[in-house]
Amino acid sequence: MVPINYYIILSAILFTLGALGVLVRRNALIIFMSVELMLNAANLAMVAFSSVLKSFSGQIFVFFVIAVAAAEVAVGLALIVEIFKSKRSIDVDQMNSMKG
Amino acid sequence: MQLSEAVNTGFAFLAPWLVFSPLIGLLINLLAGDWFMRHAWGEKAVGAVASLASGAAFVISVLLAYTVSASHGEVIRWKLAEWIHIGTLNLDWTFRVDSLSTTMMLVVSGVGTLIHIYAIGYMHEDVRFKNDVGRFRRFFLFLNLFIAMMMILVSGDSYLMLFVGWEGVGLCSFLLIGFWYELDTLGRPSWANSNAAKKAFITNRVGDFGFLIAAFLMFWHLGNSFQFDQVFEAAKTAPPGIIVAITLFMLIGVAGKSAQIPLYVWLPDAMAGPTPVSALIHAATMVTAGVYLVTRSAELYMLVPNAQYIVALTGAITALFAATIAVGQYDIKKVLAYSTISQLGFMVAAVGMGAFAAGMFHLITHAFFKALLFLSAGSVILGVERGHHHLAHGQHKEKHGKGKVKHAFRKGGVKKEERVQEDHGQEVFDPGDMRNMGGLRKTMPVTFWLYIIGTLALAGIVPFAGFWSKDEILLDASLHFPVIYILLSVAAFLTAFYMGRQIWMVFFGEARSAAAAHAEESPKVMTVPLMVLAVLSVLGGALNLPFEGFHNLGHWLEYTLHEVEGLPLDYQVAGISTVLALLALVAAWFIYGRNPLKTGQIDPLKRPLGFLFTGMENKWFVDEIYQALILTPYEKISQFLADVIDWRFWHDWFHEKVIAGTYNWVSEIALNRYADQKGIDAFANGLGSVTQWLSAAARKVQNGFVRSYALSVLFGVVLILGYLILK
Amino acid sequence: MNFFLQPLTLLTFFPLVGVLVLLFSPSDRKDVLRWVALGTSLAVFALSLWVLSMFNASNPDLQLTAQYDWITVAGWNIQYYLGVDGLSILLVLLTAFLTPISILSTWTAVEDRVKDFMVFFLLLEVGMMGVFLAQDLFLFYIFWEFTLVPMYFLIGIWGGSRRIYAAIKFFLYTMAGSILMLLAILWLGIYGGTFSVPELIAQGNIPASVQIWLFLGFAASFAIKVPMWPLHSWLPDAHVEAPTAGSIILAGVLLKMGTYGFLRFNIPLFPQAAIQAAPWIALLATIGIIYGAAVSYAQGDVKKLVAYSSVSHLGFVMLGMFALNSQGMQGAILQMINHGLSTGALFLLVGMIYEQTHTRELKVYGGLWKITPIFGSIMLIVALSSMGLPGLNGFVGEFAILLGAFGSQAIGNAWYAAISALGVIMAAVYILYMFQKMFLGPQGSIVDEVKQHGHGIRDLNWREIITVAPLLLFIFWIGLYPKPFFALMAPTVDKLVAALQTAALAMH
Repeated sequence: MVPINYYIILSAILFTLGALGVLVRRNALIIFMSVELMLNAANLAMVAFSSVLKSFSGQIFVFFVIAVAAAEVAVGLALIVEIFKSKRSIDVDQMNSMKG
Repeated sequence: MQLSEAVNTGFAFLAPWLVFSPLIGLLINLLAGDWFMRHAWGEKAVGAVASLASGAAFVISVLLAYTVSASHGEVIRWKLAEWIHIGTLNLDWTFRVDSLSTTMMLVVSGVGTLIHIYAIGYMHEDVRFKNDVGRFRRFFLFLNLFIAMMMILVSGDSYLMLFVGWEGVGLCSFLLIGFWYELDTLGRPSWANSNAAKKAFITNRVGDFGFLIAAFLMFWHLGNSFQFDQVFEAAKTAPPGIIVAITLFMLIGVAGKSAQIPLYVWLPDAMAGPTPVSALIHAATMVTAGVYLVTRSAELYMLVPNAQYIVALTGAITALFAATIAVGQYDIKKVLAYSTISQLGFMVAAVGMGAFAAGMFHLITHAFFKALLFLSAGSVILGVERGHHHLAHGQHKEKHGKGKVKHAFRKGGVKKEERVQEDHGQEVFDPGDMRNMGGLRKTMPVTFWLYIIGTLALAGIVPFAGFWSKDEILLDASLHFPVIYILLSVAAFLTAFYMGRQIWMVFFGEARSAAAAHAEESPKVMTVPLMVLAVLSVLGGALNLPFEGFHNLGHWLEYTLHEVEGLPLDYQVAGISTVLALLALVAAWFIYGRNPLKTGQIDPLKRPLGFLFTGMENKWFVDEIYQALILTPYEKISQFLADVIDWRFWHDWFHEKVIAGTYNWVSEIALNRYADQKGIDAFANGLGSVTQWLSAAARKVQNGFVRSYALSVLFGVVLILGYLILK
Repeated sequence: MNFFLQPLTLLTFFPLVGVLVLLFSPSDRKDVLRWVALGTSLAVFALSLWVLSMFNASNPDLQLTAQYDWITVAGWNIQYYLGVDGLSILLVLLTAFLTPISILSTWTAVEDRVKDFMVFFLLLEVGMMGVFLAQDLFLFYIFWEFTLVPMYFLIGIWGGSRRIYAAIKFFLYTMAGSILMLLAILWLGIYGGTFSVPELIAQGNIPASVQIWLFLGFAASFAIKVPMWPLHSWLPDAHVEAPTAGSIILAGVLLKMGTYGFLRFNIPLFPQAAIQAAPWIALLATIGIIYGAAVSYAQGDVKKLVAYSSVSHLGFVMLGMFALNSQGMQGAILQMINHGLSTGALFLLVGMIYEQTHTRELKVYGGLWKITPIFGSIMLIVALSSMGLPGLNGFVGEFAILLGAFGSQAIGNAWYAAISALGVIMAAVYILYMFQKMFLGPQGSIVDEVKQHGHGIRDLNWREIITVAPLLLFIFWIGLYPKPFFALMAPTVDKLVAALQTAALAMH
């Protein structure tokens, strides 16, 4: 059996990658994928703990997270498409119409 | 005081119909009159409805008089409804049928009906001369309303119900004087007629003020009632001072309504109304209401001889004063108007002296002959106007034919303006000015003879009605009141004189204008009622002949008045008055008849009498004095109060400047500029600028990029985790 | 009984139903808005008749009462207390009667923001009903102040050229008086332990020295509202600037709130002070009668003329009321109704002609009777009613007032009544002057001026005749047969007069 630490380290690396992606990248799609990365890093950690602790609650959480992530992607992608239609670009720095 | 079961009330249940029947006539003409007037027979229908309504009132009056006589003078009351009941104040719509009220009812409805009929003919022409045919109906509405109000006046059983009629007839008088409210007496656009109407109403209101005060005194001092009998009963035990006050305040009311000094001024102006109105309201009926009031209040006046004497003196002075003015007038109706004032003075003097039967007798005969004179004068005026129009439109008629002219009349307003412009070039012709008349006995023979009868009756020549009634008044005065006797005798002399002057000027000599030369006689519908009145003027004296066994009116009124002196004929007094009257007529012939007036000639009396005649001509300048002493000051005061006191001082200065201004000063200068701006504002502004500076610095953090916020979050998380791990 | 189904509660707050419907109606459907408002006000009138049918005229006490505890914290005992008696029943009916007429008068006159107008108007009706029905001082004060708000907007939004000025003046003037009344109310509430008027009257133990101050506190508020001379300065401004419907309600009902306040609170609560104050109030009333009539005559603006005539007429009401005998007081109550009817009708008619000519200057009018015979005749009847012609309503009230004042022991001498009777002459002077300048005489310049812009001046149409006809009905009815009206108020007034006599005896 793989020790729990490995899972956690993998999860942490994935999360850091995602977080850096969100902070550094300008492309909305990439940012989205980075967010997905972070969510799945969390999922990984939760499934791992669930297996170790012999509790289902972690796995149930993961289901929820996946469902919510799917919904979020649906909404987010729709927004990105709409923004692209009007701005011909998905660079997040250009989405500043409401900046005071 | 309710009527007992035993008394046979006969036709008393009809009493309210005295009022209702003219009102029904009014309503019919109000609702259906427009429809009537669209037909050729419209005017006849409107006139017939109105005359029938008035005639019905006359029939009822006869039935009521019969009832009174059948019950030997029993006072019958007929309660229609309750009116004002507050605490001790109990007023009802109760009709009183007794010999006095039925006498008045008969006069009002009888003369009234004749005048209604006459008016059908008169107004037919009048509305055409004045180019507003549609107004025919309105005239009869007002006339019926007047009859109704007059009936309330004479049949009311309390002072307050009398007052309803009293003011009601004043209203009708206003409406009818101002009947041609957009014109003056010569038919030109003007405020004159409406001013005359207003003057009549307001002067009457001054009198009504006296009436009201009398009523208040009566209520609080004479048994909390307005009902005649209750008041009289209480008066017997009341202090005389109160009665004097009541009777004298009532005299103010009488002076207003019956045109006595000092409130007579409205009556001459009231001649602005159409002539039937002058005859009905301003000669025969309404103006006698004051005489009726004093007679009705006989039991009050009898208690206070001093007040009686003042009433008599007022009447006698008025009689003489108005007679002098009548001598100097040129307008045919103005002469009659002042004559009416003078004759009303006779009546007031009579009732003031306690000769109530004589006063009422003169009231009745005067109603006959003065109505006759006024209506004849109307006939004269219309005759002259016909002549005038015949001349003015003669060529026009020939060109376009008769029908066309009538059509033009119907157009109303348009035609009116043409006529006004037409008149503007030349001098306006006055068909009522006696200086424009002369020689009318040839062109208007019927009217001439009627006028002669009226004149003889008014002048007091045996055996015409006026002789008997006037003689009774003079006789009474000669017995007890020498001063009044002298005043009245002189007035009687002048009466005969100005009537003689009028006859010679109008009917004799040569025509002084083309219109008079072409005058035309009036139609039957006008002359027949005049003939009836003429018969009454001749025979009216039979009502109360001063011989043993006669005195019919006196006995009749005795039912109500209790003490009526039936004096026998005194040949000395009668002789003197007849001789005076004849002398006056001869004098008039001497001055005006022997050498008839020429066109444009000044009055032959003007030179010998000098300033006296100027005074007479100008009505002794009473109108001007009132204008200067009362009207102008009132207008000035009200202007001053309204403009200076109320608006500029109170509204603009006190409220705007003082209150609002002070408040503004305090809030704007003292508080705002100093305390607020320099103190509180400075502090608040300081706080504000510090905050602004701080936020300007902090503002930079907010750059709007999600990732920079996320970075902050990340740092935050790292810090917190770091703390949790390292602690 | 269910709170909302009590007759008086229902009567007071029913206009709110109309307000709700109006709020959810489309603003551009003006006819719908008008019908909703008219329907509501007619329903209120029907309710008032229902109340009348349940009213027992022979009972002098408050009837149909609705009484609930409302604010009872910290020893305060404020109640929701409505009731009606002989002093207020006629005024309640008058309010319910004049509101639909005013709404009808706006049919073509108000085209701008109809919805808001109607909402404010119905709210105003709630306030007025509340004022006449409230029997708790605190509740009364709330309704009293509440009426200001809708009226402020009615003048301020739909008024004439100086409407803002007039609205603010109206508001501030009335507020200023109310403050003193509020102080007096608070004193009474704390001293008596209750704000309920009947209870306070029953206690009747206010020391005479305090009475006069409390009397003055209340009087300050009411005298401004009446308005008594010399506090009338807001009235011409408010009347001239207010829209026709506002003027009708202002003259017809709002001014009566002042006189009613004297009758409901000042006299029964402080009888001894009332007796002491009677000669002074009679003096002010007499000055007001003469002054109002004289000033009225000098006006060139019809609305201003009628406004000043109100000062004169309300002087009569005050004079009669402080005669403190049954003739004077009953006459005063009836005269409140009469003034509402005839001055309301005058403003209504003036509004109708103003709608066509857009001027109120008397000097441009003249000879209108010929062009508009129906209008002229109706105006004549209303004018005669206003100047107190016997047989019409004005006379009955004025006569009873003058008669009462003439013999009043409280006023003490007959001079005030005698001088006030001169006002009857002066009323004829200004009313006939107005009627003459508008309807008699040669044609005025306005006739041609209107003709240039369209069809010329027309006579009244059916809607206008229907609007004014009910007023005419009552003008004749009260004038000829006022018995039913007196019967409604007599027992209550007699009871009040008896209480005053007791108080007078206690003083000597």
